[in-house]
Amino acid sequence: MNETPAHPLALIAELTHRCPLHCVYCSNPLELQSRSNELSTETWSRVFQEAAQLGVLQADFTGGEPLARTDIIDLVRAARAAGLYVNLITSGLPLDESKLTALVAAGLDHIQLSFQGAREEPANEISGAKSHAQKLRVLEWVKQHRVALTLNFVIHRRNIDQLEAMVAHAESSNATRIEFANVQYYGWAFANRENLLPTREQLDQSLTLIKREQERLQGRIRIEYVVPDYYAKYPKPCMGGWGRKLMLITPSGDALPCHAAKVIPGLSFENVKTRSLREIWERSAAFQKFRGEDWMQEPCKTCDRREQDFGGCRCQALLLAGDATATDPVCSLAPMRPKVDAILAGMNSAPPDQLFAKPSWLYRTNPA
Amino acid sequence: MPERALRLNGPSLEIVERCDGKHTVQQIVSELQQIYSKAQPQKVEEDILGYLALLQKERALDFIPSNAGET
Repeated sequence: MNETPAHPLALIAELTHRCPLHCVYCSNPLELQSRSNELSTETWSRVFQEAAQLGVLQADFTGGEPLARTDIIDLVRAARAAGLYVNLITSGLPLDESKLTALVAAGLDHIQLSFQGAREEPANEISGAKSHAQKLRVLEWVKQHRVALTLNFVIHRRNIDQLEAMVAHAESSNATRIEFANVQYYGWAFANRENLLPTREQLDQSLTLIKREQERLQGRIRIEYVVPDYYAKYPKPCMGGWGRKLMLITPSGDALPCHAAKVIPGLSFENVKTRSLREIWERSAAFQKFRGEDWMQEPCKTCDRREQDFGGCRCQALLLAGDATATDPVCSLAPMRPKVDAILAGMNSAPPDQLFAKPSWLYRTNPA
Repeated sequence: MPERALRLNGPSLEIVERCDGKHTVQQIVSELQQIYSKAQPQKVEEDILGYLALLQKERALDFIPSNAGET
């Protein structure tokens, strides 16, 4: 049974793969789209109209760095004119005060500013760029504007001990929300996993600290904490379920059910240049592929939790079990869970000097 | 709200529509007391204050001083 959900709630618009940062856990695919393949302003504007007509409520502008698009102000205005809530997910690097003013005037609703850490040196090491000081400047500029602000910190072994200092950054800004997102291991992060995955002890300490800070800041700053799913008992409901809530458009216009979907063999993707969003949502084979339950194997097929987590993440199943239809191997019930346990056991028994030695990172490249 | 959405109907929609930076909490209460004139005014007020407090806790709105209204 592949019942099509009425409409997606959010459109993830990967406006470009160009980025001034080179983060070692970037969620972009290893194969990046070049500038010459990027959609035009007109095509994006049509996509926003189609999205709103389909019932989409929010547009998440991301990348790469969305501010690398010279038409970013026009794109914000177009998405806002279509009636979408516009969220800009940015490193803050190609931003100055006048551009911020223009973005807010164009109707920007929300800024999600990414940080690579609380301290300059390690943050710059992770991003492969001098980026941290500029982010602190952006925090000051945002105070002058009526726009909602989330600080996003991507968490891993090298910065998970900085959570308190990260919260302090948020408290000195006008953020109403902090997102602590532990790295999820796909693409670039999968390649750097052995240097990023936190230890069990670090994770336990972070959970205690987050709980305390959530209570302390209740009503002022909402704190969300995404745990690394290798340590979870059950898998995350990846993307809220395949083809159920979200639609991602790549810089060149391919419509994907998730960021990493292109790693799954045998899937072909429709492009917004030749198909409407509604056609893609309702009929594209890629969106149908893992909807419903027909594709599931045991133990998912008869599991009580299958409507909560939808079998977890298809890309992770492929990466760890070699089969995109397998139960997500992070699930404690999955036949392939021993593989995840072995990864964790190996890492948690390694000596600290090895765990915290300076790694040779695989930095994210830039598209040609 | 980023990455979330409110499903609104009936009274919740009537309340949120008035969270526009211009209405004061007292104005919202009086207008809804008129709309829901069959309900006890006291109960309507309690429900509205409870709902606004919940939205504030979720960081969906802020209370601002009354000469400027309430957002």
